[in-house]
Amino acid sequence: MSFPWAKEYTPANGFTKFLDEKLPLPRLVYNAVGAGYPVPRNLSYFWNFGVLAGFFLVLQIVTGIILAMHYAANAQVAFATTEHIMRNVNWGWLMRYAHANGASFFFIVVYLHIFRGFYYSSYKAPREMIWLLGVTIFLLMMATAFMGYVLPWGQMSFWGAKVITGLFGAIPLVGEPIQIWLLGGYAPDNAALNRFFSLHFLLPFVIAGCVILHIWALHIPGSSNPTGVEIKSESDTLPFHPYYTVKDGFGLGVALILFMTMVFFLPNALGHPDNYIEANPLSTPAHIVPEWYFWPFYAILRAFTVDFLFIPAKLLGVIAMFGSILLWFILPWLDRSPVRSGHYRPLFRKFFWFGLIPAMIVLFICGGAPAEEPYVMLSQLATAYYFLHFLVILPIVGQIEKPEPLPYSITEAVLGSDKKAVLGENASPAV
Amino acid sequence: MTKLLSIRLVAILAGLGFALVALYSFVVGALAFLTEETAPHLPYEEPRDFAFSFDGPAGKWDVQQLQRGLKVYDEVCSACHSLKYVAFRNLSQIGYDEGQVKAYAASKQVPGIDPNTGEATTRPGLPTDYFPSPYPNAVAAAAANNNAIPPDLSLITKARGDGTNYVASLLAGYQEPSAELLAEHPEAAPGPGLYHNPYFPNLNLAMAPPLTSTGQVTYDDGTEATIEQMSIDVAAFLTWTAEPTLVQRKQTGWPVLIFLLFATVLAYLSKNQIWAAVKPKKK
Repeated sequence: MSFPWAKEYTPANGFTKFLDEKLPLPRLVYNAVGAGYPVPRNLSYFWNFGVLAGFFLVLQIVTGIILAMHYAANAQVAFATTEHIMRNVNWGWLMRYAHANGASFFFIVVYLHIFRGFYYSSYKAPREMIWLLGVTIFLLMMATAFMGYVLPWGQMSFWGAKVITGLFGAIPLVGEPIQIWLLGGYAPDNAALNRFFSLHFLLPFVIAGCVILHIWALHIPGSSNPTGVEIKSESDTLPFHPYYTVKDGFGLGVALILFMTMVFFLPNALGHPDNYIEANPLSTPAHIVPEWYFWPFYAILRAFTVDFLFIPAKLLGVIAMFGSILLWFILPWLDRSPVRSGHYRPLFRKFFWFGLIPAMIVLFICGGAPAEEPYVMLSQLATAYYFLHFLVILPIVGQIEKPEPLPYSITEAVLGSDKKAVLGENASPAV
Repeated sequence: MTKLLSIRLVAILAGLGFALVALYSFVVGALAFLTEETAPHLPYEEPRDFAFSFDGPAGKWDVQQLQRGLKVYDEVCSACHSLKYVAFRNLSQIGYDEGQVKAYAASKQVPGIDPNTGEATTRPGLPTDYFPSPYPNAVAAAAANNNAIPPDLSLITKARGDGTNYVASLLAGYQEPSAELLAEHPEAAPGPGLYHNPYFPNLNLAMAPPLTSTGQVTYDDGTEATIEQMSIDVAAFLTWTAEPTLVQRKQTGWPVLIFLLFATVLAYLSKNQIWAAVKPKKK
């Protein structure tokens, strides 16, 4: 599954020899993220975000387990135990702020990871399975984050849960029974809070399992790279360790500086003040908004304001919102351009920077804004473009575009047009 | 190949369908926007910007101010508002010694049980007790306040946007509605039992002005208790009740950031050193 020049693991002493025979765990790590994994030598900083996502998943699991030791999933006391964590538990405030902001940073790095994939078409053959697993991880993250936001049992927790489970109520005929079944009642209450806590504890481990599959699938074709040209020879690659461990280490440092700045100096900037008011089924907040990382999809949901033919607007919005993410699953079969990287696709590049990115920004802003003009009209235009981009423009551009010439190999791309340039004295260093 | 073509054909049709329906909503909405008048928002004011000692990344509590704020809460706000997440023992964090905390707690009556009869009664508070609620339950609170339950104040500055400035602005901001406002928005005139306040989003507040005259509270440190001074002090106190660990949080942040900055610079230099050998070079 790997390249013939990949370094082989050699146990250094009696203990590692014993281990290698009985349970070759060090060999697994060596081949996964050690010197035994050859990686394209031209990866940019956009290839840091997979490792960062892994880091934030672990951080969420660790802080989450500690929070669960002090939290009680009961509608009578959930809000009070959250305050108990903030006030009475030693360093509880740090755990909770790290967990809340950690969710935001997990989404930031995952969005950058996904949009890296869009620009460089990382989803294309032979990496379809990595992409499918990645979209699955993203969907699981959304479910986990939504249920986690309900647990403090503040006003936005309660009303968010009511709105999101209400989406299932839009399904014809069976919608209402499904909504009642999901909540365990007619409105979010103790039954809903308990099952959300249970699932919020379970799903991160399902995500961790999917991450292992995602990395396993990655190691079959190897990592993609900014040229989109596949690895041809040893000089195209560097061993993951130490080259990318040290580069990821630097990236992690930068990410942690930003993260800790939020945790210690602006811990509530990404949250909503209403969630510091205890849930009250009798008082509806003026504007119900989800967490910021759901805003683009929330804008798509709310963009459908008028019934079309016999289909109610709410159902259209629900179909569009789920469809807007589910369509990512078929991207590898929609975009048939033989060229992967956006660097060499002039037409695709224009649609990416001047179409998709502005549309996503508009959807993001509109999703967080109250449902009034001009936000609704803007979100409708951006929603239309969003679907046209993925489902219409991407397949057609792949057919009609004339790609720019590709470099022969990664090595050639690294050396550039300078005929005299050579790779460093250790072109393929022995590690 | 034909199968792949059909996937793309279905996708293109679906994409056109979604876009068409979204644009249909857009056209209907745009026509409505052009022809119908929407109700204008009432013009409320953003909170004033008071400079608090705990603002900014190096902020610290002004203990004197927190003590003045406690006195305002104690003598004015606590008549209607509870402070249920704060215990008397927490007051040791704002400069009171053990004896003062004990005496303050003992001056409050908290719900208790008569040890001889088991009947519900009240007893003097202990440092471990929490601030008692002024009402026995929510029904009593609603009945005493024209159906508007006074909110618990423990978290009020976190539960409002720019909360500390908002609380101070609101308390110091009661005034008669201006003639221009009433001319433009007749519906903004306060109804029975409501009071005009430009910082409250719908301009009409059920809470009567709680701070009405200079010297309403007598400060122990000699500060003149103007309405604005009392508003600022109680807002500072309620920022402490909302997040007693605020200053500890900021003070912990600095060493963490300095360490991370140092470690990141080291990581960057290591990266450059390790990569130097394999960077392309001219002959």
